[in-house]
This record gives sequence, C-alpha cells and structure tokens, in this order.
Amino acid sequence: MSTVVQSPDQSKVEPQRPWAVKRVVRATNGLRLAVFAVIAAGITLVTPLANADGWALAFLLVNLAWTLATAARLGAKERRDAIVRVVVSSLAFLAFVPWLSIFVSTALKGYKGLYPGYLFNDMRITSYDDELTFGGVGHAVVGSLIMVAIATILTLPLGILSGIYLTEIRGRLTFLVRFIVQSMAGVPSVVAGLFIFATVVQSMGRYSGLAGGVALAVLMLPTVSRTAEEVLKLVPDDLRSAGYALGARQWRTALMVVLPTVRAGLTTAAILGVARVIGETAPLLLTSLNTNGFVWNPIGGTLGSLPTYIFAMFMYGSEYSVARAWSGSIVLLALVLFFFLLARRLGGRNERRTRVGVGKAASTSAGTK
Amino acid sequence: MMQRTMNMTNSDLETTGRTSDPMSEVTSFRGLETRSVHAWFGKHHALAGVSLRFPERTVTGLIGPSGCGKSTFIRLLNRMHEFIPSAAMAGSVLLNGSDIYDPSEDPAMIRLKVGMVFQKPNPFPAMSIRENVLAGIKLAHLKRDNHDDIVEQCLTRAGLWKEVKDRLDASGGSLSGGQQQRLCIARSLAVEPQVLLMDEPCSALDPGSTLRIEETIKELAEKITVIIVTHNMQQASRVSDFCAFFLTDGGPGYLVEADSTRKMFTNPSDPRTADYVQGKFG
Repeated sequence: MSTVVQSPDQSKVEPQRPWAVKRVVRATNGLRLAVFAVIAAGITLVTPLANADGWALAFLLVNLAWTLATAARLGAKERRDAIVRVVVSSLAFLAFVPWLSIFVSTALKGYKGLYPGYLFNDMRITSYDDELTFGGVGHAVVGSLIMVAIATILTLPLGILSGIYLTEIRGRLTFLVRFIVQSMAGVPSVVAGLFIFATVVQSMGRYSGLAGGVALAVLMLPTVSRTAEEVLKLVPDDLRSAGYALGARQWRTALMVVLPTVRAGLTTAAILGVARVIGETAPLLLTSLNTNGFVWNPIGGTLGSLPTYIFAMFMYGSEYSVARAWSGSIVLLALVLFFFLLARRLGGRNERRTRVGVGKAASTSAGTK
Repeated sequence: MMQRTMNMTNSDLETTGRTSDPMSEVTSFRGLETRSVHAWFGKHHALAGVSLRFPERTVTGLIGPSGCGKSTFIRLLNRMHEFIPSAAMAGSVLLNGSDIYDPSEDPAMIRLKVGMVFQKPNPFPAMSIRENVLAGIKLAHLKRDNHDDIVEQCLTRAGLWKEVKDRLDASGGSLSGGQQQRLCIARSLAVEPQVLLMDEPCSALDPGSTLRIEETIKELAEKITVIIVTHNMQQASRVSDFCAFFLTDGGPGYLVEADSTRKMFTNPSDPRTADYVQGKFG
C-alpha cells in the first residue's frame, strides 16, 4: 500500500456519534421511568409503603420486576448482564434514599413557614406561637454567619500552617502534630463547647458570639488542617525543586510556589470546614445561647444562630413553633448546600483553568457547559 | 581508577578574549571545578572520586549508561543533592575558586548562581508565562525594575519569544511540552546564573523541540557555562565542546574519560568510551 496526500480532504462531512444511544431509545427509556414513577406513587397510596423513602423503594421494585420480566426473552449472557446492571444501579440509587428522604420530608414540613420576609425578619416582636406569616430567621442566619466567620478567621491560617508544617517542613514533630490534629477530630462537640464555656465564657463573664466562634473553630480545625495537608501533598516535588533551583528559600517556595498552586484546594478546605460546623448545636448552647432579635456585636452578649433557633422552636413545642423549626431547617440545609456547591465550583474552575490555560479555550468550554 | 582532568587550555577558549580580574586569574580557575567528589545515598555509594573542570562559557555533555551517577553528580553542583534525606557527599566543588560546600556559603545563593533545568518541564501552574519568567526574581528577592525587558530578553534567549509574545498572560501549563521546557530555561536565565545545569532536558520532547533547545544551548554558551546530561549521543556531539563519560561496574559510578567532544567521538583514549559512543553497549 502506498498513499500520498497533497492537501487535507475538502469534502463536507457531518460530525457523528455512532457510540451514542439513539434518541428514540433514550426517549422511550425516559417515558418508561416516568410511568414507573407514577405507578410507584400509586403503590405508596394503597400499601403500607409511604413517604419519599417508601416511594423510592416501590420505584426500585417496579424497575426490578420489569427487568426480570423482559430478561426472559434475552440470551443467558444478556439476561445476566441486564439483571446485574439493574441491581448495581438500584443499590447506587438506594444510597440516595436517606438523603432524598431528609430533603423531601424537611421541605414538606417546612415549606409552609417560608415567605419572602422569612429571611429578613426576626422574632423580637413575634411570639413563637404567632401565624407563620410573621417573624423570621434573619437574626439566626446573621448570627450563624458571624460565628462561622470568626471560626474561619481563626482556623484557616492555623490549618494551612499545620498543613505546611506537615508537608513542607516535615519537622521532628510531624507525627505529634498529625496525631493531635486527628484526635481533635474525635472530640465530641459538646466537650468542645464545655471547654470554651470554662475558658472564654467564664473569663469574659458572659455568653457571646466570639465564644461560639471559638468553639466552632475547635471543631473546624481538624477538617481544615486535614484537607489542607491532603491538598498540599498533591503538589508535585518538581515544583518545589524548581523553586529551590531558582535560589529561593524554603519558606519563600512554600509561600509563592506551593500555596498559589493549590489556591482552589485550600478554598475547598475552608468551605468544607464551614459546612462541617455550620449545623453544630451543642457547643453553641454552651457558648452563645440564642436571641430573638438581630445582634451584630459578637462580644456584646448572647447571639442567635440557626441550630439554636431550630432547637428553641422545637423545644417550645407548639404547632407553629415546630413548623418554624422545620422552615429553619430548610434554610440551614440550603446554606450547607450553598457552601458545598461553592466549594465544588471554586475547586473545579481553577483546575480547568490550569489545564486548558488559554483564556479563549477556557471561555468556550465554559460557554458550551 | 581512571580519572583525567579536562584540559582547560583549549584554543577556542583563548580566542573568546575574556577580560578578567588579574588577581583571580592567578589564584583561581574561572568556572566550575570538582575535586574527587563522592556521593552516597544512605549506605549506597553512588559516585566515586570525580574530578572535572568546566571552563567558563563552554558546553560540557555528561554521557553514560543509566544509573552511573550523572544526575547525582549534576545535583551535587548546585547543592540540590542535600534535599534527599539520606544523602551524603565528600570532596569539594569550586565555583570560581571558592568551595560551594563551605559552611559560610548560603545554599540559596549558590543555586542562584548555578541554575538548573529538569528532565520534566515544570513551569509553575498557578503563574502566567510572564510570571513564570519573573518567578526567580521574586522568589530570590532580587531588585530589578525593567521587568518587561527581562521577560522579552529571557524568552528570546530561550527561543520562545516569537511564539508567546502575544499571550504572556496565559498560564504556563497551556504551552506544549517543548515550549514548557523552553519556558523553564527562560525562567532559569532570568536570575542570570553563571552556570546552567541541564538534566536530560530533551528526553521528553519531539525532534523539533529538541532542535530548538539545542540551538538555545549553543547561544547560551556565549555567555554562561552549560553542563548537560544526555542519553542522546548525537545531541552530545552536536551541542557540547567537552564530553565526560561516566560508567559503573556494579559499584559506585565513576568518571572514565573526559576530553574535547571531537576527541571523545573520533579517537577516545579508553576502549570503553569508544564502545559506548559507537553504541556497542549501554
């Protein structure tokens, strides 16, 4: 065989995807799943299976039944393949059930209390028993954010420094530092709260947002430090060598080469830490307590927060206050979700930028997405 | 053990007509010199008694089979060897007559004078092309105010300027492998080293990029001393003025022969050198 090509092929060719699932097949599959979803909903009405988790189980069973029924007309190999596929995907789906169940039941029980002013009002003039169209959770959101901000300001430098110590300096105390940080992760949150109560609260003579923030910092440090260490470990030694070969000292290399390389990862570390502590209740009950109105001063006295708001509303026990507790839970879940999405977003975008690099390519890839 | 010291009274060198301080001319050799250097990793004796001279403004190729201590040797020359926890060394390395392993010497300052380009291109991914070139200046706290000139000059000397001059703010990681390696060379040049060590700089590159880097090396040799480790015989014969052949007999690596490249490739004194450069083993 011998070929010589003078110039590239000029004829018009349409790009195709022979490996993709046909559109008709995809549509029928989607339609089938929709029908099964309705059938599953019907099953939850007539059998003891109820709620979101009941529906999910019914949905799985219907799918499994359908696969077994249609598998009969396939060959032995295809049948085994189809059954294994539905079992594996069912188990994967099953892992979502608790997650789905929490979300759906919180949403169902809490949506009544949500109205546009809910995020901006407080409970100063509204009693826990009032109609759900009065009052709100604004003060608790503000309090939570203040305390989480204090915790982040305290934790982030410490976490990054301990990460640098463990990966860059690798000093004689590496084992000890890692051991202490990891065992801090096992400290029960109520003990951390008690510790801050005995130190900060008692020496200041009053409950405060600052004490709450410090208590959260104690719980946040292991997460941040651990994540920072993992992220810093991913920096290739080549980059450190390159820094040293340019006449840089170790701390300078760590600061100007290693840290900027993992900026996205360190942001993720901070946000994961925030998501870890924003729902903590026990330490706040011992350090910042609760308020019914907006408080902006972190050292002035008690400071409200979402978890303690939910706790107080639930303990009060009336119909409307429990509904408020569920609405507060929706806000708390939304905040956690927001922080997780932010972490993913920030972590992902920087990675793509370093991989694709050129501004034009990066913007087109973002555009098609 | 066979050790020969390179003949520094090379006629090419004399004709470059360098003007220098007459005092240092008397007391010391200008360039890099090693005196019976040994290296260990823990108990493992990796390199034994290497004495070599690298005169100013020459290119020296270090050749020899894998595992004969070339990379270890080159890392001894700018004190990168000591980053390996179990590493040890003996002997002395003189830069313009003063021992770089003297306790009074600052290793960071030594590495500023003796730069290094690594086998794998390693531009800093968080920095743009421009910032990568200037990284050494920032990292070593050097005072420079003509940053734009430095960027252009270094990228030009590394043979990359024309390709990247319109996208200096793009990430260093967006370049091709060959371009990244030339960016790393530009980065090393920005701190104005007296010696540039290159550890197989072309082993991961295509022939075109390799050719560009070889041209770069030849241009660099007009101003600085270049020491290059290579497994590519043609490359050694193309770019270097001198060659040093390393070998191991299962024990520590040692220097077999060092001479001008022409002699090494046409009429080497040692039969093992002849066999190696002709591709009969290794």
